Amino acid sequence: MSFDPRLSQRIAKTLLWAMTVLTVAVLVFIIFFILRKGLPALSLEFLTKNPVDMGKGGGIFSTVIGTIVLTALAILIATPLGVGTAIYLTEYTWENAVTRVIRFGAECLAGIPSIIFGLFGFILFVTKLGFGWSILSGGLTLAFMILPTIIRTSEEAIKSVPAAYRQVSFSLGGTKWQTVTRVVLPSALPGIVTGIILSVGRSIGETAAVIFTAGSALRLPTSLFSSSRTMAVHFYILAREGISMSRAYGTAAVLIIAILAVNIATYYLMNKFIKKYS
Amino acid sequence: MTTDPVAIRVIRFSHFFDAEQTLINLDLHVLRNEILGVIGPARSGKSTFLCALNRLNDLVRGSRVEGRIEIDGRNIYDPDVDVVELRRKLGTVFATPIPLPRSIFENVAFGPRMAGVRNKVTLDEIVRDSLEKGGLYEEVKDRLDTSALKLSGGQQQRLCLARILALKPEFILLDEPTSGLDPISTMKIEDSLRKLKKEYTIVLVTNNTKQAARVADRTAFLLNGELIEVGPTVRIFTAPADKRTDDYLRGRFG
Amino acid sequence: MNRLERKDRLVRWALLVVAFSAVSILAVITVFMFEQGTPVMFKYGLKNFLAGSDWYPSEKSFGLWPMIVGSIYVTFGAMVIGVPFGLACAIVLTEFSSKRIRRVIKPMIELLAGIPSVVYGFMGVVILVPFIRQTFGGPGLSVLAASIILGIMILPTIISISVDSIQAIPPAYREGSIALGATKWQTVRMVLLPAARSGIIASIILGMGRAIGETMAVIMIAGNAVSVPRSILSPVRTLTSNIALEMGYAAGEHRQALFATGVILFIIIMVLNTVANVTSSRRNRVKG
Repeated sequence: MSFDPRLSQRIAKTLLWAMTVLTVAVLVFIIFFILRKGLPALSLEFLTKNPVDMGKGGGIFSTVIGTIVLTALAILIATPLGVGTAIYLTEYTWENAVTRVIRFGAECLAGIPSIIFGLFGFILFVTKLGFGWSILSGGLTLAFMILPTIIRTSEEAIKSVPAAYRQVSFSLGGTKWQTVTRVVLPSALPGIVTGIILSVGRSIGETAAVIFTAGSALRLPTSLFSSSRTMAVHFYILAREGISMSRAYGTAAVLIIAILAVNIATYYLMNKFIKKYS
Repeated sequence: MTTDPVAIRVIRFSHFFDAEQTLINLDLHVLRNEILGVIGPARSGKSTFLCALNRLNDLVRGSRVEGRIEIDGRNIYDPDVDVVELRRKLGTVFATPIPLPRSIFENVAFGPRMAGVRNKVTLDEIVRDSLEKGGLYEEVKDRLDTSALKLSGGQQQRLCLARILALKPEFILLDEPTSGLDPISTMKIEDSLRKLKKEYTIVLVTNNTKQAARVADRTAFLLNGELIEVGPTVRIFTAPADKRTDDYLRGRFG
Repeated sequence: MNRLERKDRLVRWALLVVAFSAVSILAVITVFMFEQGTPVMFKYGLKNFLAGSDWYPSEKSFGLWPMIVGSIYVTFGAMVIGVPFGLACAIVLTEFSSKRIRRVIKPMIELLAGIPSVVYGFMGVVILVPFIRQTFGGPGLSVLAASIILGIMILPTIISISVDSIQAIPPAYREGSIALGATKWQTVRMVLLPAARSGIIASIILGMGRAIGETMAVIMIAGNAVSVPRSILSPVRTLTSNIALEMGYAAGEHRQALFATGVILFIIIMVLNTVANVTSSRRNRVKG
């Protein structure tokens, strides 16, 4: 009887579905758990006051600023490089050995774990170039971590712009650069922005690379060369040293909410983009 | 503007994509202010010929030419030639209308903007003028800021025509412009072409021989990349000199 | 060449330089890692470095063996959890769910990928570790804890790539199988999974790469004891934890030894990624 294909299918389906539901349940559990324990700690004060007494008291304001500045710097550096690379690969050259090398480089970069980036950033930016533990070191390191993502999403976005649009631009006397800036990029923008938002999400949660390059100073950063603590690093330190569980949960809640916001924004943008071209 | 009755001279012109030869030793004239129809079966080189005139073939990898094409006394394949200017001078309309994803106004203003025109008043004039010449103004004058994607197929094609007219070209090249359109839109475009030839020189590639018979002053027959014959439309259609032309016109192949 | 073409040429060259930024950084990272790490490796002997079981930096003893074993155990454990659940989700998403359900589950999987590793580690610390300690004994900080959390973390990687591979199978395969009277499950088992095999394997290898490279979550829940774990309930230290834990205060040769650890990690991951790429490109070539 157990060789009856209908029965095996029913068993298989039940098992597979159970495993899927379990997976989704884990996700839901994590989010609800963090939010339930963390939301009570959230208040306007929490978000706008600096940490006091190594984080035992006060809020997380300086870490919020640190996160925002670090992420912004990383995006500012990686976006021109990533979009430029994507433009080169799709518009200015055909598939050849050079493009294969470039793609290989980007894919390898994507696979490097964050701790190695942390080591690298420490040696190059903090030590050899003398920037010290700083937003600059952290931003540069993060930029190269998110570069492959921006290259990949920008390339996809640019490739999906109909070839006909380019033909129109050329036949109306456009140069290659005019075609890229006036036709291709505007149409590819939603896809490119999606990649940027995804990278923002990743930067917010990044810890290993940041802690060894931007340091963990709790003071409000005053310049690019200031060391600064991000929310993720702050959360890690609070949890690890057991400084303040309530504040740890609160920071985690902020992180989770930020990630949720990022994912929702990405989802809507992708839908808008797909709708435009279907 | 010169007074030379010949606007384009095609002199022993051949074109290749890598090893494949697509146009073989074409010798052809295009007369000023005429409508030259170019007919022939599929893959006879008609579109390649058109894209050789505006050098759009250059964008394809492996494109190579021999011979000359002279416009206003100059070989357009001279290395000094400004290709961008050439493409403005020879406006091209393609088989599938391709409006850009923006407003009607912005579509027509696209070419002039790229050429550096910034003055709003000038642009307004150019857009209105071009839409009128293209036979579309009356239908869209109240909604110039709406998306061009909402227009019907025939309207979009007339928009494409207006788009190239905005650049004040000397020549209008059309590659099977009405192949996807209904009879009424086709008729409107053919009417526009008849009016336009007073100011422009027109090369019309079509796979619809009846269209050539209706609209073209002279007709050229291309087969497998070679020019079989060219002459006044009436003569080509009633008394073709070459048997192959006769066979094609009678529908024995193609 | 006229002015316009000269400008276009300039743009092209500028973009080429920009396009090499990723490759250049990769090259710089590789050079720096090796420059910092190899001297120590060869000073104390590669064999001692890789196979030595004593890691006492203050006594200049740099044996990585416990950490190498630790990384292997933890990664293997992650695969044991991640692969079955990942494949199950992938199969359900592609074959056994309606479009509406898919539109709900897929974003949730992507959300799973977006949760920071420190949060995963934290969840491990407050929930999983005490649970293991109470139910199975031992300190709770263990190979088991790390495997479970890492398994969850690599799910999105395995799921998304496997889903892509399964969806890339031409519908004719499915239709042919159904036409022969097979049930959906039989089709999955005998037609789809074999056909998507190289993509699924690639996803597993990439998942492995992610697991080996994960740091923050592992530090928080694995115990970090420098010894070869004797059971899944034993604490363990991975290559990544080794680096992260001691980097903060290491100096001189100690620091270089940590870089050497990084080099080992780097090589392992590069190999894994290359294998994964080759596997999936082989699939592409065969499918034509």
